Amino acid sequence: MAGGSMNRFYLLIATLAVVGGGVLYYLSRQSKAPAVPIPVSVQPGDTAGFRGYVLGPDSGAVEIVEYADYQCPACQTFGLVEWPYVRERLIATGRVRFVYRDFPLDGPHRWARLAAHAAACADEQGKYWEMHDHIYETQGQWSPSRNAGSIFREQAGKSGLDLGAYDACMSSGKYAGRIQASFEEGARLGVNSTPSFIIGGRLYAGVQPYDRIRALVDSLSRTP
Amino acid sequence: MGVALASLAGVFVSAYLWLYKLGVIGTLSCGAGGCATVQLSPYSVFLGVDVPLIGLAGYLGLLALGLLAVHPRFVAERWPVRTLMVLSAIGVVFALYLTYLELFVIHAICRWCVVSAVLITLVFVLSLLEDRRMRRAAG
Repeated sequence: MAGGSMNRFYLLIATLAVVGGGVLYYLSRQSKAPAVPIPVSVQPGDTAGFRGYVLGPDSGAVEIVEYADYQCPACQTFGLVEWPYVRERLIATGRVRFVYRDFPLDGPHRWARLAAHAAACADEQGKYWEMHDHIYETQGQWSPSRNAGSIFREQAGKSGLDLGAYDACMSSGKYAGRIQASFEEGARLGVNSTPSFIIGGRLYAGVQPYDRIRALVDSLSRTP
Repeated sequence: MGVALASLAGVFVSAYLWLYKLGVIGTLSCGAGGCATVQLSPYSVFLGVDVPLIGLAGYLGLLALGLLAVHPRFVAERWPVRTLMVLSAIGVVFALYLTYLELFVIHAICRWCVVSAVLITLVFVLSLLEDRRMRRAAG
């Protein structure tokens, strides 16, 4: 090959390398994975009218409040093993009003707040519980991942969310304060591990099997 | 020249997928494809190394060899082309294995992985044709 055309070829390769590198840099600036800030100061508007994610009748039922961290394996155990029974046999029958509250432990659970935020964004579209289930089902996949945000997005798609609205919600980080408020409220009530449950005003730490929850609900239902 | 250009394209595709895996790029431009499903599956790591990183290293090696093969000093040598042929053949086998995983195990297709499979096949075919041309010229 002649020297002149060789030089043109190397110039072409160098130009393409620079252009390609620039495109990759641009993409990395444009679509950075979303993050939820820690710590965050809670503003009054963060909690206005919000008392957790509620499932079940408004009144006439025993209230169970769960404080949980989406990245905690014990919370996953409850979410996958016990929760379906609680939902089907106690909530659907009108005996229990269930409230889910975020209690991200941070530390090794670096995706806990992002997961909670993804679920909050699903709640905006009325799909909280679908997202809740999908996040727990895929915990083993996203927990060790370096890009959990993409898995949450994929689960958002499976939950039937409008992904444009979901992306905007995730980028805004608007529920970071609400998640922190939920954490602080749990800490005030004495929660220091997850999952923790408040049933009939008493705090129960650790995974509560369905049978134990049903026994407590039976007992509280009989209380005059 | 074609080998170097295809390898350079492969460098960008694998770098894009690797940056995504590292979380530097938040979402992949994948249309309705299952890029995220494939890239975040357990099969996206091979012997403890991210598959896109293996691709990136492989394409960089092929790019270097492709540039070497057309350099006036080595243009008459057969070893750069033969090395290209062997390495790209390994790449084609690896791409076939990954495509099998996508189709029959993960049940999702990543269009960028398809692009990479086409590129590595192109590198192999071009180096095969060049090797034949050199053999005929020598014979």
